[in-house]
Amino acid sequence: MCLAIPGKIVEIASDNPESALVDVVGVRRKIDLGLLHDDKPAPGDWVLIHVGFAMSKISEHDALDQMNTLRMLGEIDGAMQEVKGYGLDDQGDDPDTDDADAETGDAGLSEVRMKDGKVN
Amino acid sequence: MKYVDEFRQPELISRAADEIRRLAGTERHYRMMEVCGGHTHAIYRFGLKDILPQNIELIHGPGCPVCVLPMGRIDDGLSIAQQPDVIFAAFGDMMRVPGTQGSPLEHKARGMDVRIVYSPSDALKLARLNPDKHVMFFAIGFETTAPSTALTMMRAKAEGIQNFSVFCNHVTIIPAIRAILDSPDMRLDAFIGPGHVSTVIGCRPYEWIAQNERKPIVVSGFEPLDMLQSIVMLLRQLQAGACKVENQYKRVVPWEGNHAALRAMAEVFQLRPYFEWRGLGFISQSALRVNDKYAEWDAEQRFQVPGIRVTDPKAAQCGEVLKGVLKPHQCKLFGRECTPEHPIGALMVSSEGSCAAYHSYEHRKAAMVTSLTSIA
Repeated sequence: MCLAIPGKIVEIASDNPESALVDVVGVRRKIDLGLLHDDKPAPGDWVLIHVGFAMSKISEHDALDQMNTLRMLGEIDGAMQEVKGYGLDDQGDDPDTDDADAETGDAGLSEVRMKDGKVN
Repeated sequence: MKYVDEFRQPELISRAADEIRRLAGTERHYRMMEVCGGHTHAIYRFGLKDILPQNIELIHGPGCPVCVLPMGRIDDGLSIAQQPDVIFAAFGDMMRVPGTQGSPLEHKARGMDVRIVYSPSDALKLARLNPDKHVMFFAIGFETTAPSTALTMMRAKAEGIQNFSVFCNHVTIIPAIRAILDSPDMRLDAFIGPGHVSTVIGCRPYEWIAQNERKPIVVSGFEPLDMLQSIVMLLRQLQAGACKVENQYKRVVPWEGNHAALRAMAEVFQLRPYFEWRGLGFISQSALRVNDKYAEWDAEQRFQVPGIRVTDPKAAQCGEVLKGVLKPHQCKLFGRECTPEHPIGALMVSSEGSCAAYHSYEHRKAAMVTSLTSIA
């Protein structure tokens, strides 16, 4: 739970300035911006994400560094599993699955989560 | 093993390792504690011990929230979820942590409604999607995750969502460091400070460690070069007789922390008078509870909680390992009764726990030593 996931803000919800779509290596999910109230990010900015909440703004260079750190720590799969899990996409009745990318259609994903799911 | 190939800037790593050897000399033994479980994992994964001279000893600290949670709290949380129409929601890290009657995953197999969530806001979403059920979020973590739980509860209150509560097990890092420093069997020279916790709390809360306890502390990043640079910074302080808080991880950690996150925590939580930590015992003002303004969303105020206390198995020496008095492999159960597949102690459950990290990488050590000598 110490490790943060870097993501790039794609857009901020027009009806909710504290909800943003982020891109994490091609996977797009909604995250909460409420903890960056004092230093609000804009589309194009990079943030570090913990458990679905942006915790700090960082430079693109540092975002790529952080992704590399996750790779070196062997935590990329865990991090991507976490990101894909944001928004409960494995719940059949989730109204927000429109945001989900094709990869989350993997029928075995929720099964994998039950075995290995972890949040870093 | 490809670890060495994956290191970036091998020439800088090599230079940092040389500098550490030069500074450390051979006269003195240095004991440095890495507070954060993420650092513990990284140290084993990268085989840093094999790069460091033998007179630098890294002691693994209490910074793995799953590992320090006493079993009784898991039993308490599961007992709430045994009531009808309650959904037990928690991060995946919690799912295999054993309670007296088995882990949350084992309870799920017996019919409990247990869901993995990756964000507290998704636990709240589960509550919106299941209005006829009560969703109890089993919250764990240090200051990295506590603000997210707090903001989620603020949102629940603002929206008037009544079928949602939090079973709060959030802990705070500073009192744990204080307890370790107060422990009579613990002798430490310096601290490698946690990275992402400091994104929230900043570097100021560590100043007493430097000023009052006369121990240098360097907040560190997670790459091999980050940690080696942090050790260089600590050795320089120790040699100069300096005791300062330094920030090696400036690219991520602001000195002042994240005020919005701290405000969210202050809005929802208050300090518990004391809280039990696995291996460390009761530590005063070391954990957060939900304050009365949010009582309606506090599982402990809303449900009957038995307040179970469970003594760790006598043979398991989690406490000694947690305090750094024993190395993981010196525990009688390590690798025999207690393995990552069948954990008895919590240090074996999380990849950030020192026993699991040691177990995962120890058998690769021989291969790494061979390859690391080429760069170190």
